[in-house]
Amino acid sequence: MGLILAQLLTGLANAGALFMVASGLSLIFGVTRIVNFAHGSFYMLGAYVGYSLMQVLPGAVGFWGAILLSGLVVGLIGALVEVIVLRRVYAAPELFQLVATFGVILVVQDLALAIWGPTDLLGPRAPGLRGVVRVMGEPVPQYDLALIAITPVVALALWYLIARTRVGVLVRAATQDREMVAALGVNQRWLFTGTFFLGCALAGLGGALQLPKGGADLLMDFTILAQVFVVVVIGGMGSLPGALLASVLISVLNVFGVSYLPQSTLVLMYVVMVAVLMWRPFGLLGRAEVAGELGQVGAPEEPIRPAGWPIRATVAAALAVLAALPFWGSPFSVVLATDILIFCLFAASLHMLIGLGGLVSFGHAAFWGGGAYVAALLVARLDVPMEVAMLAAPVGAGLAALAVGWIALRASGVYFAMLTLAFAQLLWSLVLQWGAVTGGDDGIVGVWPADWASGNTAYFYLALALSVGGILALRHMAHAPLGYALRAARDAPLRAEATGLHTRRLQLVAFALAGTLAGLAGGLFVFSKGSVFPNELEISRSFDALIVVFLGGVKTLSGGWVGGAVFESAEDLLTRFAFWRLTLGLLIIAVVIVAPEGIVGAARGLARRAGLTRDADPAREDAR
Amino acid sequence: MTPILEVRDLSRHFGAIRAVDGVSFRLAPGEMLALIGPNGAGKSTCFDMLMGQTDPTSGQVLLDGRDISGWPARRVWRAGVGRTFQVTATYGSMRVVENVQTALMSHHRRSFAAWPRFRRLYRDEAMALLEQVGMADQAGRPAAVLAYGDLKRLDLAMALAHGPRLLLMDEPTAGMAPAERAALMELTAGIVARQGMAVLFTEHDMEAVFGHAHRVLVLNRGEIIADGPPEAIRADARVQEVYLGGGAEALAAEARDG
Ligand SMILES: Nc1ncnc2c1ncn2[C@@H]1O[C@H](COP(=O)(O)OP(=O)(O)O)[C@@H](O)[C@H]1O
Ligand SMILES: [Mg+2]
Repeated sequence: MGLILAQLLTGLANAGALFMVASGLSLIFGVTRIVNFAHGSFYMLGAYVGYSLMQVLPGAVGFWGAILLSGLVVGLIGALVEVIVLRRVYAAPELFQLVATFGVILVVQDLALAIWGPTDLLGPRAPGLRGVVRVMGEPVPQYDLALIAITPVVALALWYLIARTRVGVLVRAATQDREMVAALGVNQRWLFTGTFFLGCALAGLGGALQLPKGGADLLMDFTILAQVFVVVVIGGMGSLPGALLASVLISVLNVFGVSYLPQSTLVLMYVVMVAVLMWRPFGLLGRAEVAGELGQVGAPEEPIRPAGWPIRATVAAALAVLAALPFWGSPFSVVLATDILIFCLFAASLHMLIGLGGLVSFGHAAFWGGGAYVAALLVARLDVPMEVAMLAAPVGAGLAALAVGWIALRASGVYFAMLTLAFAQLLWSLVLQWGAVTGGDDGIVGVWPADWASGNTAYFYLALALSVGGILALRHMAHAPLGYALRAARDAPLRAEATGLHTRRLQLVAFALAGTLAGLAGGLFVFSKGSVFPNELEISRSFDALIVVFLGGVKTLSGGWVGGAVFESAEDLLTRFAFWRLTLGLLIIAVVIVAPEGIVGAARGLARRAGLTRDADPAREDAR
Repeated sequence: MTPILEVRDLSRHFGAIRAVDGVSFRLAPGEMLALIGPNGAGKSTCFDMLMGQTDPTSGQVLLDGRDISGWPARRVWRAGVGRTFQVTATYGSMRVVENVQTALMSHHRRSFAAWPRFRRLYRDEAMALLEQVGMADQAGRPAAVLAYGDLKRLDLAMALAHGPRLLLMDEPTAGMAPAERAALMELTAGIVARQGMAVLFTEHDMEAVFGHAHRVLVLNRGEIIADGPPEAIRADARVQEVYLGGGAEALAAEARDG
């Protein structure tokens, strides 16, 4: 009994930081509709800044002062990011902003590395609260009790701000109806900046508060982000009481999980999340209208048409040059080109899902990594030949996508995105914790191609054939009835249903197809590297694909693979230098600001201005 | 004659709001029935239930004597019902003709086909439909750049794509200039007469209602308060009361405001 109580208290203490970060994310999403991927980074900054401040500020006053100051500093940094970066891209298509926040993640990672170094920092203990208290015989750290006392105070202060002040009225109005804010004559800019300040300050406060328990390290950003997404989704996007409830639920669950199910703590969290969302698709206390419709804001997309002969000729010529690479390029360039081709297929599959289906998935790595693991497991455990494994990868991933899509498509908008993320995380945690089969952290090694494909050149041709084939197939599909039906379901779902289209089944087909091709890319990947590790299933891999798709341009047909090629080349080039993350992050932010329509969209605009192509409109040209 | 559509005691409540409350009526083949009433009377909600886009709280919708309540919209559509929307719903990322082609493709059950080129499919049929509504000359334009009146006509062409036996039109002329309105109603009446389909339409423009409807239903606060031929409705005291004693003039004025 005492033990259970003590564990409950630990869970409650852990809930504090989680709640602060989650409520910040939730607030920002509610008001600005930005899914702030960088929120974990602000939490990490809070921990580092707090650590440094505690070094210079003495005593108990210094300790608590440092925590408050960290919140303030991180809030200011957040406001700065909003003013410098995000303000420029509010008019961009919805969700494009998250590309910018991803750039911020990279920048913060390298800055933290430069300032605080690579070693984990042990947090100082709170002066006067170093001991333990006996609760029914069990030791409970005093600091935990302090956290349990502080969290409700923060929650109450926040509640007061939102429910009782004029600022709160604006925040609530914006959360429920964005147009209303403009109508109220409020300076929307300052409301957004203020919200970012508050949201980031909360994250920073959370980061600093957990210092005595967890310290500071460079992986904190993604670790907390995964948990925060879970909390926000279970609680309901935009709902603060929901965030509190879910933080407590998840933290307590984790503590008990560690004691009683140590092999499956992570799995447990995601299983709970999926279960809650199946029961209540908008979270425990969330509402449907806050879910947001993704991908359909901004200038309408131009009608598509099959490429004319000049473009076809150019592409054919470029492919011929690429196919001749082993004859004119270095051996290294052949390996690099193989990597890029595989990644392009992965990106193109997600691009189809987002571009045609309007379905933004945050967890596409599940099918890429899933395909890779299917192939690797078959080869390593069952000695299956490469040819079979290479076929099983897309089939396995496609079936998984069918199952995930069947559940995730019950929700829409940001909830759909979060559900896909939850499934990806579920798969990742399964692979990580089911070590006996998957090798856990050590991954699966020794997965080499069959003899005929084992040379770099031979494998390059295999990758070229399958990737280009897959990308062309996707393109063909866009010009086929299925592609049009998908766009119909996305553009006007009511009209689509009222003309006989089964929109959800169409979306499920698209989801399964995207998963299948991602799985094929994953299969190609594992044989090119000879091994696979759980990080191929991580959030950051899903984000890579997402960023690439947006950078390439959602409202174009070739944005996926073009973005993939540019991003993968840039990364390969940059990783040879120190601070490559910083550079890549700044590069991404620059593209977001300069070319909010993505690379292909911007290129098309330039071509049009130069008179190379025509406008889409006055074209009665192809009425017949 | 069996009615093509029969509505029995249909209700839809949103919490405490009784948007539609115990509505019953019948519609004969070839009949043009107008459903009128002030804003918020429950007309669109009624249409949503007939089309299967909102589930009724209670009551039944019978199509050719078959109970279709609770069917999804796509099934209602396959059973021969088409609709237009008060706020036009077209596919903004496609050309005008492609919008109609998409509807035809669904009618021919090819929407999952991944091989054939969409551009060539049902092009001529689509052009014929656009011709019918007078949009053929705009076939190649992106739907996103159309003027509002043209969107309404495109919406109508899509609703006609599968040759429906019952057509539901929610405020077909709202937001149009007066001359355009008359033209669209003429157009619709012509198509209806030629194809012999039944039409249920809501409309604020009284010229459209009294000029074309065979019969008029008046809805107020979710309940039907009058049902009869246009002349009788014009003279009905309760209807005049609902419209603040103004008759057709006030109705027309309200239409322009809202
Ligand atoms: N989804 C909904 N939720 C709540 N109330 C609704 C909803 N749809 C319609 N209503 C309400 O039902 C009533 C009837 O609306 P509607 O059918 O659109 O009227 P009309 O088309 O006659 O103007 C209105 O009071 C409206 O506010
Ligand atoms: Mg209406």
